[in-house]
Amino acid sequence: MAEKNLLQAIHDGLAEEMRSDESVMILGEDVGRAGGVFRVTQGLQEEFGPERVLDTPLAESLIVGSAIGLSVNGMRPVAEIQFADFIPPAFDQIVNEAAKFYYRSNGAWTVPITIRAPYGVVPGGALYHSQSIEAWFCNTPGLKVVAPTFPADAKAMLKSAIRDPNPVLFLEHKRTYRLIKEDVPEDGHEVPLNKARVHREGGDITVVSYGLMLYTALEVAGKLSEELGIETEVVEPRTLYPMDRETILNSVKKTGKLLVISEANITGSVSGEIAAIVSQEAFEWLDAPVIRLGAPDVPAAAFAKPMMDFFVPSAEKIEAAMLELARY
Amino acid sequence: MTTEKTRARHETLDLEEADLKSIYRAMLVARRVDERSWILNRQGKAAFVISCQGQEAAQIGAAYNLRPGHDYLYPYYRDSGMTLLLGQTPRGQFLSLLGKKEDPNSAGRQMPGHFSSRELNIVTSSAPVGVQYPQAAGTALAFKMRGEDGVVMACGGEASTSGGDWHEAMNFSGIHDLPVIFLVENNVYAISVPSKFQVAGSIAKRAEGYGFPGHEVDGNDVLAVYEAAKEAVERARRGDGPTLIEAKTYRMTAHSSDDDDRRYREREEIEAWRLKDPIIRFEKYLFENGLLDEDEKEAMDAEIKAFVAEASDYAENAPFADPEEALDRVYAEV
Ligand SMILES: Cc1ncc(C[n+]2csc(CCOP(=O)(O)OP(=O)(O)O)c2C)c(N)n1
Ligand SMILES: [Mg+2]
Repeated sequence: MAEKNLLQAIHDGLAEEMRSDESVMILGEDVGRAGGVFRVTQGLQEEFGPERVLDTPLAESLIVGSAIGLSVNGMRPVAEIQFADFIPPAFDQIVNEAAKFYYRSNGAWTVPITIRAPYGVVPGGALYHSQSIEAWFCNTPGLKVVAPTFPADAKAMLKSAIRDPNPVLFLEHKRTYRLIKEDVPEDGHEVPLNKARVHREGGDITVVSYGLMLYTALEVAGKLSEELGIETEVVEPRTLYPMDRETILNSVKKTGKLLVISEANITGSVSGEIAAIVSQEAFEWLDAPVIRLGAPDVPAAAFAKPMMDFFVPSAEKIEAAMLELARY
Repeated sequence: MTTEKTRARHETLDLEEADLKSIYRAMLVARRVDERSWILNRQGKAAFVISCQGQEAAQIGAAYNLRPGHDYLYPYYRDSGMTLLLGQTPRGQFLSLLGKKEDPNSAGRQMPGHFSSRELNIVTSSAPVGVQYPQAAGTALAFKMRGEDGVVMACGGEASTSGGDWHEAMNFSGIHDLPVIFLVENNVYAISVPSKFQVAGSIAKRAEGYGFPGHEVDGNDVLAVYEAAKEAVERARRGDGPTLIEAKTYRMTAHSSDDDDRRYREREEIEAWRLKDPIIRFEKYLFENGLLDEDEKEAMDAEIKAFVAEASDYAENAPFADPEEALDRVYAEV
């Protein structure tokens, strides 16, 4: 087993699927010779040729629309949206088309496509290279939205996404691409697209988080355990839609307290949905109000570093929220 | 003299007498199914009708060049003439019109006119205008990547050329010489908006800018459309790339059963176009060339009307899906 970061793990997942299945291909902007602006597809065009690793014109609706058309004619395309912020032109193709083909044809047409999109706040990213766009898509039956955080999960879930007969939106937090390395199994490691992961068991508080915020949550949880003996259970949904409610509910029924943290604008967020599920299904187990931490309701993260940092929930804010819950 | 000249027309296209009769029959079937749909609407049985009337020549002339189940079709909501030609049935059409469980397109989930057949490679269509074009380009790319000789036909009204999807697909198809035929059925109106406020310059001429041929044809002349599409399909099969065909035609009905076109177009205009009805026009050609006579026509029409009525009755008596079936088939099983 080799140590890999998230970016390498996703690269390896793509390469392995392309080696084992000729119908798997990649299309998007700069994915070819350049290997993608983040280097996720580096070397793949050399290995698989310019058709299976296709540089498209700058047209997001075309990228997803043609992926749909490829998929109904025998291919399994992985479409890359260079930055999640630029996904809106493809919204119609994702929400009205890919997600509805199966339902609207009463099961006759499947759309086995994967749409990869790097998201999340990154220094220098500013309004249009940092948005968390998951909520736009987590209201779309027929679509699966996944956001794995750790390298081994990401590789395994990418493979599951490519093999899945349904359209899958695969979100990658840019700031976690090179954040850590971990052992990533060569193959055989499978993660289905409907299971959350419990990272750390604990009986005092439940924290649900994903992306960069998950790392911060895990750090703070470690600190509170060491310093104060507060034991936090940290749950990562991994798949945001349709979500594994069971794992979250089981944890909250154990701890009676829930904090949900993400980088997305708070109103109408996935965190809001998690809070709603818990307050409806686990009301009698709750000892405290559910707390959500997220970005304020301003359009997106600003360019200037102090404003950017202010936009993202900080370790201090997270710690304060966890302590508040612990006091109940 | 004239007869020889016109006769030469279908002969130069390698169309046999049997082909001409199949084409005529397909046009008539489409018209009769459509007329019956309006009756069901007026009887309060069909909630919504969207019509192909006036566009039968454009549709059947083009689709007659396709190999059902091998080539792919991305139809738009008026293309019942095409889907019937390729193998969908009047019975299926009425089941869809009435939203019954046996509706072959969607089992009662979609409005009529949203065609789908996995067996016939008629890709499930929807309501947002223009979304089919990038999909069609992708399907054509798959054929090209595998070195197969399949072609893709993608259809829409003239308003479908105003949005980005059409241009994105034209550009991409031009870059990769994709085996796709863009068929624009320009019927003058987009609901109430006339084409002069929809289309700058010429749709057909835009193809040149994307690096492939574009042809404007008389969309009410079935042989003219057939000829243009034949050339386009052959070109695509050879691997020479896409073609755009703009078939100039006319929408003979209101936009749909929910529209009252008296608010925006003159009756005289419709009457003038009725004289150019593509079915009457082709009939005339067949009569003049001794390929059809009044008796044969009457017999064919009577036979069609009878099975159309039967198909419609079948659909009326067919059951709806259970309401809970609305919950099924959201995701395909992994
Ligand atoms: C994206 C989108 N906008 C608006 C509509 C509503 N609408 C349905 S058909 C139509 C007119 C389309 O005209 P055209 O493409 O010329 O086709 P025609 O109906 O004339 O055959 C409009 C505005 C729609 N279906 N999709
Ligand atoms: Mg029109």
